[in-house]
Amino acid sequence: MKGKQLRPKDTKRTLIRLFSYFKYNRALFFGGIFFIILASIMEVGINGMLSPVIDSLIGDYDKSFFIKYLLIMIGMMVVVAITQYIGNLSMAKLAQRTVHRIREDMFSHMEKLPVSYFDKHSHGELMSTFTNDVDMLNQSLEQSVSQIIVSLVTVVGTFVMMLILSPLLTVVVILMLGIMLLSVKYVGKKSARNFRRQQFALADMNGYIEEMMSGQKVIKVFNYEERAIEKFNMKNEELRIAATQASTYGTMLMPVMGNLSFVLYALISMLGAYMVMINRLSVGNIASFLQYTRTISRPITQVSNQLNTLFAALAGAERIFNVLDEEIEKDEGDVVLVEDSEGENKLYWKVPKEKGEYEEIPLKGYITFKDVDFGYEPGKKVLKNINLYAKPGQKIAFVGSTGAGKTTITNLINRFYEIEKGVILYDGIDIRRINKHSLRSTMSIVLQDVHLFEGTVADNIRYGRLDATDEEVVEAAKLANAHYFIKHLPQGYDTMLTVDGQNLSQGERQLLSIARAAIADPTILILDEATSSIDTRTEKLISEGMDKLMEGRTTFVIAHRLSTVRDSNAIMVLENGEIIERGDHEELMARKGRYYALNMGTLELE
Amino acid sequence: MRKLLPHMRKYIKFAVLSPIFMILEVVADIIIPYLMSRIVDVGIANQDVTYVLKIGSIMVVSALIGMTFGVLSSHCGARAGFGFAAEIRQELYKKVQDFSFANLDKFTVPSLVTRLTNDCNTIGQVTMMSLRMAVRAPFLMIFALFMAMRINASLVRVFVVSIPFLIIALTIILSKARPLFLKFQSRVDRVNAIIQENLTAIRVVKSFNRQSYEESRFKERNDSLMNTALKAISLIVFLMPVLNIVVYSTIIAVLWFGGQQVVAGTMGSGELISFITYITQILMAFMMMSFFFMQLLRGSASVSRVVEILNTESEIKEDPQPLEEISDGSVTFNKVSFRYPLSKEKTLKNINFHIESGEILGIIGSTGSSKTTLVQLIPRLYDVTEGSVSVGGVDVRKYSIKALRDNVAFVLQNNTLFSGTLRENMKWGKEDATDEEIIWALKQAQAWEFVSKYEEGLDYWVEQGGDNFSGGQKQRLTIARALLKSPKIIILDDSTSAVDMTTDAKIQRAFKEELKDVTTIIIAQRVSSIQHADRILVMNEGEVEQIGKHEDLLNNSPIYREIYESQKKGVVGA
Repeated sequence: MKGKQLRPKDTKRTLIRLFSYFKYNRALFFGGIFFIILASIMEVGINGMLSPVIDSLIGDYDKSFFIKYLLIMIGMMVVVAITQYIGNLSMAKLAQRTVHRIREDMFSHMEKLPVSYFDKHSHGELMSTFTNDVDMLNQSLEQSVSQIIVSLVTVVGTFVMMLILSPLLTVVVILMLGIMLLSVKYVGKKSARNFRRQQFALADMNGYIEEMMSGQKVIKVFNYEERAIEKFNMKNEELRIAATQASTYGTMLMPVMGNLSFVLYALISMLGAYMVMINRLSVGNIASFLQYTRTISRPITQVSNQLNTLFAALAGAERIFNVLDEEIEKDEGDVVLVEDSEGENKLYWKVPKEKGEYEEIPLKGYITFKDVDFGYEPGKKVLKNINLYAKPGQKIAFVGSTGAGKTTITNLINRFYEIEKGVILYDGIDIRRINKHSLRSTMSIVLQDVHLFEGTVADNIRYGRLDATDEEVVEAAKLANAHYFIKHLPQGYDTMLTVDGQNLSQGERQLLSIARAAIADPTILILDEATSSIDTRTEKLISEGMDKLMEGRTTFVIAHRLSTVRDSNAIMVLENGEIIERGDHEELMARKGRYYALNMGTLELE
Repeated sequence: MRKLLPHMRKYIKFAVLSPIFMILEVVADIIIPYLMSRIVDVGIANQDVTYVLKIGSIMVVSALIGMTFGVLSSHCGARAGFGFAAEIRQELYKKVQDFSFANLDKFTVPSLVTRLTNDCNTIGQVTMMSLRMAVRAPFLMIFALFMAMRINASLVRVFVVSIPFLIIALTIILSKARPLFLKFQSRVDRVNAIIQENLTAIRVVKSFNRQSYEESRFKERNDSLMNTALKAISLIVFLMPVLNIVVYSTIIAVLWFGGQQVVAGTMGSGELISFITYITQILMAFMMMSFFFMQLLRGSASVSRVVEILNTESEIKEDPQPLEEISDGSVTFNKVSFRYPLSKEKTLKNINFHIESGEILGIIGSTGSSKTTLVQLIPRLYDVTEGSVSVGGVDVRKYSIKALRDNVAFVLQNNTLFSGTLRENMKWGKEDATDEEIIWALKQAQAWEFVSKYEEGLDYWVEQGGDNFSGGQKQRLTIARALLKSPKIIILDDSTSAVDMTTDAKIQRAFKEELKDVTTIIIAQRVSSIQHADRILVMNEGEVEQIGKHEDLLNNSPIYREIYESQKKGVVGA
């Protein structure tokens, strides 16, 4: 993990994009801003009332004026409270709704991204965009936006009032504010630099801890603890220094600004007093002016504090938008799967012809690869010139070392990836013409690392077909040999699985995923066999389950164990993306080539 | 929190100085409005310019002193806060290094990482805030109240109404908000969980066409997150208006009562102005306090997560007078039973066997027959529940853990390599290993044949987790790493599953011929990996079914025979 970008690359674009989200809640946005501005103006006004109130006390005391001014103040106070409540609530609602919408957009976009996107981006990276970046944006929208508006209005309003009260004193204020701004800039720069350093140290630490903790058991076995601590301490110290410095500068701003404003307060008191003496100003004017010098420095501190977070949030927003701009999986297929018009439970491909006519081709499970080339990156071919066919109900096995391209072939059939050259036909139809939803609804895959979902065991099996009845779920489990172990779980089919089914063993998860595939009743089955760590007995249960599942379906097996390959209709031996041998078991053994060597144990399979 | 405080020791100086400086800053700041009232009431009244200048200069100096102390307080606060965080982080890391396997099973890696990074950081930040804000607010309040009393004790009565009102309002809002925030956090967790789930299982989602189903699941959680957030926020939004009402009502009341005193001549107008400044400061201090409490809430969650780790005791305790010498590599299990900490049933039941030093023992059996559990008891990765395990004739609990684990090399099932060069990885086994020793070990593990082909040789870079090696290569490297320890006992837990049979056979031969004195225990799925062992132990559901030679077991162990037959089929001509 590298240190994150703290500033957006294109601030303007990101801002415009962000603002476009407000269009869904226009009333909240404009209403919120209106009330916030109104509240700020009123606050400036209340402080301004000090001047006439105090002056009405001095000299010719007029009680009716005094009471009148106080009543005005009370009125203003009520307005401030109400407008502030409405304004802040609107902004908070706006922030929540916007973030809610962004989250929803991101999730549904994520669901539509092609599989290749997830190869290129780590889960951690995406997760962090989803959580940290969205969170940061939420905070900023909720606080920074309204605070910046309040600050701006307060500064402008205060200036106007100051000018009205005394232009000369205002000049002093401006000079002092100049000094304040310079110190904000200086401290802010230092703080930003150290903040970056802290981020890097934190990322470095994060990576180190993650790696070491993942291998913690190895550390124990090797008595490596002390050496691990030594290295950790170095990184910890670097992080401590960086964090200390970053936050020293970060928190320094408050006392610096607060006290500079007191210096200003002192200067105004002196100068103001002199001007009262020469009758250029009233005591009430000083009172208001002094109150203003206190209020004008606060917005500056706040804005400068907010600015760093705001930029970091915008950088996060930019990352969010980058995800949203990723091209989604295309699906231009016009061939869809339909049920037979005669009401029998047979499925047909509905292939559009010219002039609105359709051809109906029955779904059988015939797969043909013709001269297929494929590469994950352009120019780097992973599969070269693949030709093969599978008749309905046949079992095709792929054998070869890691990286030979076995998994890749199966990923092309369900169009997780698009081929570069050649064509793949499904019942004679180019799969690129088939609507992806229809295509995938006829296939099930059983992957080697099984992923299960939070929910009950039954929910997980039903994932294969959402409208399956309880009986059908049990049926599928029985077929997959999973019924026995499920019945022995504490709550049977209603047992809750933790995230990714961590409370089940590897073998049990495998059995569940077979049941899940079975309930979908697919025409084509893709099996990625589990590698090691499953014992022979469970393995036997699994392979029995798989055998039952394969009956009558076109099956592609990515084989890691040769014992399961023997009864295949055809075995493809892959090397470097090419099929180097093909045939059934007997033919290949007789040929005494690569397959023979693998079987005799003189070659590594993995 | 009390548990963590001792870790402040190293930075105690700063932890003490920061609040002191803060108090000094408050003192310097609090005088200023009072001085201003002197300028108005004395300076202006007497038309005394030099008095105004004198008092004004004192004000400026006072502000500058305040600034200096403020900056010092910031610096000390940051040092104390983040020093404290670093100390805790170090303690946590040490603690995790101390964890037994049972402890490690309990915490996931991401949860440990979060605790060491985010939680420690939060603690550092909150500590820093506490040292400054928690001191500033009450002192500001006390001093300002004191000054206000000095100016005009009768006007202070206004506070008798406004302060309790503010406290009650703040308490109601915050106490209502707290449960909502906790609920909010759990809603956030639910949203994150489903995202994580979809990220890892995206292929499953896509192949089952479940995108819109997942979207509707997400929508439900996302909606409930927003609704909870809105509820919490609409409470918090009350804070500012309430505070403003209190502040301005107080000011207006002071103007009303004070104004009449000014007219009567018992109070100066400058005093009235400074009184108003103090009101603002006192009530602001309250706001600061409530903000601080919200921060504390955030911090307390982090503290409890951190303390949870610190309170986790490793079950593996060293003997107070541990033995450092291990005489030989014999292993004895005497009536051993074992139960995992959280499970109800015994995983191992009444295990009895003895291995001579230098013997090669194969272990085979189905998953769940507890082969791994059995061997983990030898280097004390877990402690037995009943009975005893002895190495070299002495109970393993009598040895120092370091001596025991240095002599018992364990190649784990999930073997990991670490980012760094191959040489660095090999040195895990022996810190000062020479290249010759490393090459020797690599040769024994049949890894030298591919390592020698690298241009960089031992400097070849290993990616995190050893991802740039194939499964079989990784297994051979981890065996070599274990061999470098020159142990008396070596345990291979399914460590050659991905190695081809020919190479596997070569490794077996190396163990038999080159490492005669080393007791070798091999867990395997493949009969071929262990059939030439001196003896083979067949495990079944936590018990020893049979122990004997390959030929004998074929005759008298039905399980062994079944496994053997099922594997023979796969290999034609064997």
